[in-house]
Amino acid sequence: MSFSRIIVKRLLGLILVVLGVSIITFIVSHLIPGDPARLIAGDRATDEIVANLRHTLGLDRSLYVQYWRYLSGLVHGDLGTSIRTSRPVLEDLKAFFPATMELALVALFFATLVGIPLGVLSAVYRNKFVDQIVRTISVSGISTPAFWLGLSLIVLFYGRLHLLPGSGRLPDGIDPPTSITGFYIFDSLLTGNRPALISSLRHIILPAFTLGFVHLGVVARQIRSSMLEQLNEDYIRTSRANGLAKWTVILRHALPNALIPSVTVLGLAMGDLLYGAVLTETVFAWPGMGAYVVNSIQALDFPAVMGFAVLVSFAYVLVNLAVDLVYMVIDPRIREVS
Amino acid sequence: MSTATAAALAPVAFDRNSLRNRLGLVWYKVRQSPLTLYGLAIITIVFATMALAGVIAPYDPNLISLEQRLLPPSAAHWFGTDEVGRDLFSRILYGSRQSVSVGLFVVPISGVIGSTLGCFSGSIGGKVDMVMMRITDIVLSVPSLVLTMALAAALGPSLFNAMIAITVVRIPSYVRLARGQALIIREMNYSKAARTFGASRWHVVRWHVLINALPPLIVQATLDVGGTILMAAALGFIGLGAQQPTAEWGAMVATGRNYILDQWWYSGFPGFAILITATGFNLFGDGLRDNLDPKQKAS
Repeated sequence: MSFSRIIVKRLLGLILVVLGVSIITFIVSHLIPGDPARLIAGDRATDEIVANLRHTLGLDRSLYVQYWRYLSGLVHGDLGTSIRTSRPVLEDLKAFFPATMELALVALFFATLVGIPLGVLSAVYRNKFVDQIVRTISVSGISTPAFWLGLSLIVLFYGRLHLLPGSGRLPDGIDPPTSITGFYIFDSLLTGNRPALISSLRHIILPAFTLGFVHLGVVARQIRSSMLEQLNEDYIRTSRANGLAKWTVILRHALPNALIPSVTVLGLAMGDLLYGAVLTETVFAWPGMGAYVVNSIQALDFPAVMGFAVLVSFAYVLVNLAVDLVYMVIDPRIREVS
Repeated sequence: MSTATAAALAPVAFDRNSLRNRLGLVWYKVRQSPLTLYGLAIITIVFATMALAGVIAPYDPNLISLEQRLLPPSAAHWFGTDEVGRDLFSRILYGSRQSVSVGLFVVPISGVIGSTLGCFSGSIGGKVDMVMMRITDIVLSVPSLVLTMALAAALGPSLFNAMIAITVVRIPSYVRLARGQALIIREMNYSKAARTFGASRWHVVRWHVLINALPPLIVQATLDVGGTILMAAALGFIGLGAQQPTAEWGAMVATGRNYILDQWWYSGFPGFAILITATGFNLFGDGLRDNLDPKQKAS
């Protein structure tokens, strides 16, 4: 199958997914026992005001009509209006998106940087002490409640050792760098804003570690299993028999091949990191989409929750499409076979 | 029915001796892996705690004692006390009943519903299967944490509603897994042989597909118990799960958060209990996967 056919097929799939997600979130949001119009108008509004509001919002129409209106808005990039902030949901999400993305990227960077060496060590020293340690770290990664890990890090590094800040992206005294990408680290690098750079780096360490720790285990396990597969291959034995040093064979021959299937896992991890940020952001008061959606859920602000779900699912499918394409570029076998 | 036909249709997996031998082999292999044994030991301790909380707990978990507010860990209160003077050690022991039960409630229900749907979908094939898979794909593409949170919020915050929300969201992954297994098994010679001998579709699903699809499903279920406990704790943490004064680990971490810098033990111990319990189920599930389901080996 050619590149373009895959892209077309996936984009059609994307439409289906967004359609499905919008139906599911729409159904869920209509399960709420209360009256959204009453929620927006407040307790003291008269019945007449509430009825008017219900009419303006189209809540007095049948469910089909309401869904159709929502869907046609969606096609035009309109995700509805947030009940809590009274602003268009898309505007809200746009404002919070860079913070979440920056956090997820740094967390992914950390998980990869530490996870790959751990996975390699674990495979090379299979069933030895090192392997047991790495496997224990991986299992504790997927078993740790992220919110608790975050709180514990705050107690230790902020409360006791006074080494790192415990919340937010920047302290009060420092202005954010001129916005180019919305990523504070990147923007302050580009504008040469040294205080903002150092401060934003210090602020991101704890939340990124918390978020990345879970995925560290996932990455290490994936690398371990694909390394074990590669190390059993004939070409590895041949290279060793030809006199190449052990670690040269491991790092120059086995690792590049073992990395190929891991691209998929990293792609999936990126999606998980985006919505996994929900809890981490709450703990660290990180001003991103995750904290926004938790507040929205607690306020039963369903347009905002639906918007978040649609946007993240959309991003998830796009990331996976990108991963498949990267996969085809780095592994010629897949191109030829398919 | 001739003797040969009866023999061909006889459910082989239910031969007691072969089942015993198979379980014996799994147990032999499990004993060789220290990490799996640690997992099993943790699970045993957790179950014992759930059963014996009333006997082990030194205090009533809901006994308020305002003059003993926020005491640090000591000989009298091993894990300290909370903001109204309740003993945290006792609350954590009793809390195991809430937090772990979620896993034990959600996983069997979503597992049985999902596996049955998946086995049928895979065995029947055709349009039913296609529709089922599209629905599954769509539900799986919504971030599970967000969907669970939204459902739990829509149903109203309580531990029971949180359990329902988690159950619903977990079903599609079992449908997927069981369907994949069903597709493989229905092409196996023994399924074909049974069909040739006149077995009905239902007979094949029940005696061949479901039974042979069990090992990967059991592995998935064991790993899921840990994940479910974490999910329930996360819901409790953001206020969508168990409500005060119920002793539930996630909700305890959430309340303890208000005192986090000075009274670290309040959040610290309940969170650690979640970590240990989830680790136990994940270690054991990992070990089971290596032995029960060699095709999907983690190693």
